Amino acid sequence: MIHSLFLINSSGDIFLEKHWKSVVSRSVCDYFFEAQERATEAENVPPVIPTPHHYLLSVYRHKIFFVAVIQTEVPPLFVIEFLHRVVDTFQDYFGVCSEPVIKDNVVVVYEVLEEMLDNGFPLATESNILKELIKPPTILRTVVNTITGSTNVGDQLPTGQLSVVPWRRTGVKYTNNEAYFDVIEEIDAIIDKSGSTITAEIQGVIDACVKLTGMPDLTLSFMNPRLLDDVSFHPCVRFKRWESERILSFIPPDGNFRLLSYHVSAQNLVAIPVYVKHNISFRDSSSLGRFEITVGPKQTMGKIVEGVIVTSQMPKGVLNMSLTPSQGTHTFDPVTKMLSWDVGKINPQKLPSLKGTMSLQAGASKPDENPTINLQFKIQQLAISGLKVNRLDMYGEKYKPFKGIKYMTKAGKFQVRT
Amino acid sequence: MTDSKYFTTTKKGEIFELKAELNSDKKEKKKEAVKKVIASMTVGKDVSALFPDVVNCMQTDNLELKKLVYLYLMNYAKSQPDMAIMAVNTFVKDCEDPNPLIRALAVRTMGCIRVDKITEYLCEPLRKCLKDEDPYVRKTAAVCVAKLHDINAQLVEDQGFLDTLKDLISDSNPMVVANAVAALSEIAESHPSSNLLDLNPQSINKLLTALNECTEWGQIFILDCLANYTPKDDREAQSICERVTPRLSHANSAVVLSAVKVLMKFMEMLSKDLDYYGTLLKKLAPPLVTLLSAEPELQYVALRNINLIVQKRPEILKHEMKVFFVKYNDPIYVKLEKLDIMIRLASQANIAQVLAELKEYATEVDVDFVRKAVRAIGRCAIKVEQSAERCVSTLLDLIQTKVNYVVQEAIVVIKDIFRKYPNKYESVIATLCENLDSLDEPEARAAMIWIVGEYAERIDNADELLESFLEGFHDESTQVQLQLLTAIVKLFLKKPTETQELVQQVLSLATQDSDNPDLRDRGYIYWRLLSTDPVAAKEVVLAEKPLISEETDLIEPTLLDELICYIGTLASVYHKPPSAFVEGGRGVVHKSLPPRTASNESTESPETAPAGAPSGEQPDVIPSQGDLLGDLLNLDLGPPVSGPPLATSSVQMGAVDLLGGGLDSLIGAPNFVTPPAATAPANLGAPMGSGLSDLFDLTSGVGALSGSYVAPKAIWLPAMKAKGLEILGTFTRQVGSISMDLQLTNKALQVMTDFAIQFNRNSFGLAPAAPLQVHAPLSPNQTVELSLPLSTVGSVMKMEPLNNLQVAVKNNIDVFYFSTLYPLHILFVEDGKMDRQVFLATWKDIPNENEAQFQIRDCPLNAEAVSSRLQSSNIFTVAKRTVEGQDMLYQSLKLTNGIWVLAELRIQPGNPSFTVSCP
Repeated sequence: MIHSLFLINSSGDIFLEKHWKSVVSRSVCDYFFEAQERATEAENVPPVIPTPHHYLLSVYRHKIFFVAVIQTEVPPLFVIEFLHRVVDTFQDYFGVCSEPVIKDNVVVVYEVLEEMLDNGFPLATESNILKELIKPPTILRTVVNTITGSTNVGDQLPTGQLSVVPWRRTGVKYTNNEAYFDVIEEIDAIIDKSGSTITAEIQGVIDACVKLTGMPDLTLSFMNPRLLDDVSFHPCVRFKRWESERILSFIPPDGNFRLLSYHVSAQNLVAIPVYVKHNISFRDSSSLGRFEITVGPKQTMGKIVEGVIVTSQMPKGVLNMSLTPSQGTHTFDPVTKMLSWDVGKINPQKLPSLKGTMSLQAGASKPDENPTINLQFKIQQLAISGLKVNRLDMYGEKYKPFKGIKYMTKAGKFQVRT
Repeated sequence: MTDSKYFTTTKKGEIFELKAELNSDKKEKKKEAVKKVIASMTVGKDVSALFPDVVNCMQTDNLELKKLVYLYLMNYAKSQPDMAIMAVNTFVKDCEDPNPLIRALAVRTMGCIRVDKITEYLCEPLRKCLKDEDPYVRKTAAVCVAKLHDINAQLVEDQGFLDTLKDLISDSNPMVVANAVAALSEIAESHPSSNLLDLNPQSINKLLTALNECTEWGQIFILDCLANYTPKDDREAQSICERVTPRLSHANSAVVLSAVKVLMKFMEMLSKDLDYYGTLLKKLAPPLVTLLSAEPELQYVALRNINLIVQKRPEILKHEMKVFFVKYNDPIYVKLEKLDIMIRLASQANIAQVLAELKEYATEVDVDFVRKAVRAIGRCAIKVEQSAERCVSTLLDLIQTKVNYVVQEAIVVIKDIFRKYPNKYESVIATLCENLDSLDEPEARAAMIWIVGEYAERIDNADELLESFLEGFHDESTQVQLQLLTAIVKLFLKKPTETQELVQQVLSLATQDSDNPDLRDRGYIYWRLLSTDPVAAKEVVLAEKPLISEETDLIEPTLLDELICYIGTLASVYHKPPSAFVEGGRGVVHKSLPPRTASNESTESPETAPAGAPSGEQPDVIPSQGDLLGDLLNLDLGPPVSGPPLATSSVQMGAVDLLGGGLDSLIGAPNFVTPPAATAPANLGAPMGSGLSDLFDLTSGVGALSGSYVAPKAIWLPAMKAKGLEILGTFTRQVGSISMDLQLTNKALQVMTDFAIQFNRNSFGLAPAAPLQVHAPLSPNQTVELSLPLSTVGSVMKMEPLNNLQVAVKNNIDVFYFSTLYPLHILFVEDGKMDRQVFLATWKDIPNENEAQFQIRDCPLNAEAVSSRLQSSNIFTVAKRTVEGQDMLYQSLKLTNGIWVLAELRIQPGNPSFTVSCP
């Protein structure tokens, strides 16, 4: 199972190590550094690296490499999933997951890691349980601890750990009982030069924030559950009920959690909410190129598209750009060749555009590759797949909770080729 | 206030200061000091010098302090084993604590201290914890057994912890079950032979129940364990599949992939006509697609596995091509994998889309990716014939971009397209030639030279082109040199008049000035050929070449099947069996997919086939005769008799040896034709037993009267051992002639030709009577059946066991050896009926020690049936009489080498037991 963990920052320093079996020398990371050097960008470091005696499996998040060392045949997905869980836990504990924060909380980090794995076997990975075992640091608690001498470490066995609902702690109490659900959909799409869709799919999630007293038993039903044919559930969801009635029935964990994620595949028709008109041209003879893009709404069901940001990696040959936006602000980094245009809201009456020229290296031939335009946007109060929650009911408790549902559509990997 | 304060140092020296603080009276100060120590440890500083001071802090009511000290202990106990003993008392005491959290913590920490002396003290507390009332403690203790096993395996076995661990599989708490499975799996990995996880339908049922209730990680352990089970029939496989399918909707991708593994494996047992089979196929696609929307690292592992799945069952994802389209900001390792799968999924239906995508990729920035994309276009052309034309024109477009590495890649793949579709696209050669100068990579240069040589007659200035390469001959890589040599020879054979000078030049360059043996030898071969027989040279060099096959990078089917069993593991990421990379080869067990069983023959799985049946493996020991003859009359009505039936007292080892020797001398002297029946060798009992058991195995229909019994074909040479050649076979005897029926299957990716067969010398002089005739070359996945006549005039050598036959089969790839046991009854000749008088006389002459007796049970046949059945296999009834209500049959048979065997069969009606006395 998982032997050791090393945290490495992007400049190649190991700033934390943890071993669950015997100690593995940190020289094993040399193989990782080699691979890091070979890969030009941090993102391109392969996630599985063999060494003579070990295997290194890594994930790269928040500019930190989490490198797990294993010695025997262990399912790599198991390890990678676990590493992501570690990152999520850190984020949950400290708000952000970064090198300074981890260094500041090194003892808590160490205690948490010890609690998450035993001999390389996962022990407690639900954040509800972990937080009962090791309390997250807060300023108030630090002060109280210093004065009273109490500790961050819970001395009772977390109640949820062995119950039938291991994800929920018992004895939860709130004065205001509330349950919020966010239906968030991300569109991944590739649009070709001419504006037609090559592939488009929707990754949806329902994130919940449930603060309910006691042991509530919830059911959530949809107007059009047939959309959900490819779903992954939080362990709390009763699968049988879903199979037979297409209803989500569950005892929720306390606090924030992801109830469900789903995937609406490319085979269903996916509405594309925005379009980009572009005219990017280089000429062989001149060292000037023309650049013009316009963004407009397409199928938005009458909702406003906002938070629009256009980014594009320009070819190496582009020295500088002189552009004028009709709205918003833009930047061009001549070193990384990254163009970024923060558009803001799209006003359908007056479409935002960005026009100007690019100056190219004099004498060089025109660039081979065409820049791809990357789009970010948000649409509030719309789930682009058309998914709609019908109702939410609660059983098992007497009080009346406050319920809320929000919809949002965002761009995921939304790319327009030019 | 943050923990970073623990890193600050003072002038006096950190260790010194920490020591003072650790020994402070104030609890708070102590705790802070331990935290500082831990902080130093996490960044790799050596703080082992503080060991005694830290251990002193262990006796405390403060749980956080206790945990911190434990953390420290785990890291450093090994370096200070003597000091670590100091901690034992506290551990033992904590294991009795009323708080289960503390009990679990103590036993968990103790297991992490890898010091032999401590492990001794660990046993008692561990035993208690394994039976603790609290499941949290039990599940921690289960993992602790695995830890202990890692430190001292012998101790774990001696203390009986493994049995306790096995018992935990039936625990009421699913979390305990999952951890027990995890621990057992880990232990089993270091002991591949031990049958720790003895899976049977009951335990499987328990695991499936626990699967629904345990944590996601536990589900992975259980699913991986399930994958090692072989269901007894398709119904069981289906019911397991049904209970595993809900796991496909789990949010944890590792759970999903482990479930996919179980399903892919068990699907193998389901009949394709089953409705459920189709349903299952449909259910597999969405979770695999979902894996691709996860983080890139997860995607990578998923893609490597999908690559295997697509090769095994392309139908699952055939409609999902689009999800494999590359996004420009995918990490390179994801891009390359996606590209690979795109080609595998390419078909006539989607080729237009794929080509458009590939063309787009060819203009990307990343060089590796662009190259692979160009290559992919070529592979599409070869794979989907209808698209070849479009692919070629796409490649020409790309060549027009003049981007150096694109052009070079394009030329390499166009060469392959020429090899697949000769005389179709040669019109593009002119365009290729324009780019001759820009080629600087050996592979591209070699490809271009090959094209010029191959089509020299259509290229006007072929000689000039090749000559230009020749100038820098010695600076080229070997690949290019070899290609140049061949190309010029081809050119010479096509246009001999103008190129004589050129060919002499290249031959002398290759043979005289080169120190590369390959090049030199090839040069000489051409030279000799050209100088002695130009016509022959033409036939050799310009011979028609076989077309290249469709996909060149498919994984061999046998390896693929093995890898399917390893879905989700490192093996699947590397596409190599674990034996190829697991350290020291330990824990390597070859896994294979279960065989498909049709529903009506579900009761008879291969494992329960009679032990005596001829199989590809050579048995190490001659099984006891009683055992085999027990099988002898064991008709296929029930399972084989498990315990050995009565072996009567007359079987004595001494006699066996004696007869073995006697027979040896007999066979050695072929002139000695009519031996007395005394030679009926007891030693023949073993092979004969198996033969006879087969004989009696006959069911009513199967050729009961028409010919002798034929055993079903068994695998003699598995494909794994013979580079893809699989041989199944059996022996038959029909009207006086013996033959070997073979079924050859090519499971490799290349064509097999030039088959030949040879036998080693054997006990009865069996030899092929005709050469092995495989008429056409055997193409991949093709099977051919043939019958090889055998004679018994070959040279004789006594084998052990007697009926062992060693065979060598040769083909164009290699020579393979295997050995098999032939059933003796193929050697029973037709004139084996002895005259009654002679029988009587010889029977009396047989010395007692040559007699052997066996009993056969559970054979509900009457004397007539037995007699006629035996006769069909050339065992003749000489006489029959009835004594005291028992039928006595006197049987005789003659072997091809003239040895007679006499037998008496005593049959009691109503009692399905026969007694056979073999003198």
